[in-house]
Amino acid sequence: MILPFLIIIPLLAAFLITLISGGRDSWAIVFSILAVISLLALSVFSFLSTGSQTFIYEMSGWKIPLTICLVQDALSTFMLVIVNLIALTSLMFSVSYIRQYSAPWKYYALFMLLIAGMNGVIATGDIFNLFVFMEIALFSAYALVAFGGKAEEYEASFKYAVMGSVSSTLILLGIGILYSATSTLTMAKIAEILPTLDVKLTYWVGAIFLAGFGLKAAIIPFHAWLPDAHSSAPAPISAMLSGVFIKSLGVYVLIRLFFNVFGGVAVFNEVFLVIGAISMIIGVFLALGQWDIKRLLAYHSISQIGYIIIGIGLATNLGILGGVFHLFNHAIFKALLFYNAGVLEMTTGTRDLRQMGGLAKKLPTTSFTSMIASLSIAGLPPFNGFFSKLIIFIAAIQAGRPVYAFLAGLGSLLTLASFMKMQRYAFYGKENKDADKTLAKVSTAMKWAMISLAVLCLLTSLMVIPGIRELTLDPVVAVIMNKTGYIAEVLGR
Amino acid sequence: MVIYILCFALLLVGIYGILTKRDLIKIILSLGIMGYAVNLMFILFAYKRGAGYAILVKDKAVTAMVDPLPQALILTSIVIELGITAMLVALAIRLFEKYKTFDITKIRRLSG
Repeated sequence: MILPFLIIIPLLAAFLITLISGGRDSWAIVFSILAVISLLALSVFSFLSTGSQTFIYEMSGWKIPLTICLVQDALSTFMLVIVNLIALTSLMFSVSYIRQYSAPWKYYALFMLLIAGMNGVIATGDIFNLFVFMEIALFSAYALVAFGGKAEEYEASFKYAVMGSVSSTLILLGIGILYSATSTLTMAKIAEILPTLDVKLTYWVGAIFLAGFGLKAAIIPFHAWLPDAHSSAPAPISAMLSGVFIKSLGVYVLIRLFFNVFGGVAVFNEVFLVIGAISMIIGVFLALGQWDIKRLLAYHSISQIGYIIIGIGLATNLGILGGVFHLFNHAIFKALLFYNAGVLEMTTGTRDLRQMGGLAKKLPTTSFTSMIASLSIAGLPPFNGFFSKLIIFIAAIQAGRPVYAFLAGLGSLLTLASFMKMQRYAFYGKENKDADKTLAKVSTAMKWAMISLAVLCLLTSLMVIPGIRELTLDPVVAVIMNKTGYIAEVLGR
Repeated sequence: MVIYILCFALLLVGIYGILTKRDLIKIILSLGIMGYAVNLMFILFAYKRGAGYAILVKDKAVTAMVDPLPQALILTSIVIELGITAMLVALAIRLFEKYKTFDITKIRRLSG
């Protein structure tokens, strides 16, 4: 029974940090690093030991329709590995980065709550419990976006908080309607009862959930909060928000609800394809015009989420494989890019690309890792982004939808152009004479956080090799595609 | 049926307020109205005409009961809304300190 610990450990760490840190951050760092290392170890262990099985944990001794259950299958453990992996590197990066703000120990407590919320959303099998954990994660996200204490950060946080709570209210309404129709809150039980009811109910609830969780996933037209919130937050938090937050609260829940609970309704797959394509193209066009480096990366998050949604919306084995694989890869290279942006902001004191230039010699590690990440996100071989985009591309052609394959190729080309611009203005090109000559020092932990993710950019492309794929990605795809399997496994029939 | 429609109208009032009001405090109040509408909807889902409360007492005969689960859920959701309102008001105070106004059309340092 591993899953409860993935929620208990970060909650306990957050509690202990606020209790004994005493205004200094030394104990906070020790507790949070210990907590996240144990979380990563537990999640990797649970992913490797789960395989294609499903384990259920029923809380406090009650049986399933009455209790809150936690579901451990390939999909949830896969997401847990991503969340805790990015959390560890983000924490490594935070230690020296966050010292520039006041009261850093509060940051660690909020960070632990953020992880607790995300792990809870992923692990739970009960739809109201999902809502509660989602709110825990959102609360800490609002606070962390405003952590810097500048006017823009409060503005972004307020905007995010208003939009986020409107969508949470919609989600609560959807949960209420589902409960009144099925008289249960366990997702597997809902999935069992829904086919016996009128199909209109699924459409209505699906539309409400699509708006609610679509806002969390920042799919266009629900994207307006993302560029502000993700660019205003401190860099490690931007990496967490863009890398895993929008995926665990948005994309993961959409996959779980629309495939495992609603049973993959064809209409919603079409909607996924259309909004995925719109997000992919409009996101990258909006990114092209940006000069603020973190805004540019934030718009690319919208665009890359579009790729994932297209892969999911194709609803073929290969399409979902591509979507899930791209989800994993995007978490890695987008977190890395935000660390690079954080280093640039810390050392040069600006986020404007036009005021940078010629930093490749001064910041060799940052320059090298950001080159790798840029090539990955633009989809060039042999990095991981290439393989996942290729799989989505092939899947779109195989499914008889060459339009989406064409759009995916176009999006990839524009992404490449936009990142060449970033490389050219930040690291190469003419040195900015007005810039301060004394660059702030990049700590060793920050360098290791970036290097480890850069190595992972290369290593995770090995996941396409059939032997490794059968162990890692195939069970995840099987869980998503096997709609009635989720019901049978969770309810134990 | 009428009561459901009225409840939905309350939800729409909340959404209208969020979309059209320019004052930060009015936006926060509209969010509250929207939340109340959804909470009320839950209670309506649980309600049965002529049913008693769901508590077993010794000498009282067991009759039809309203569904107690949505009421428990709503308690949780009210606590969450309290937290979110406190958070938003705190942010509004800080925004007022920085911008000297509650008008959202004047709070625009972040652009597209």
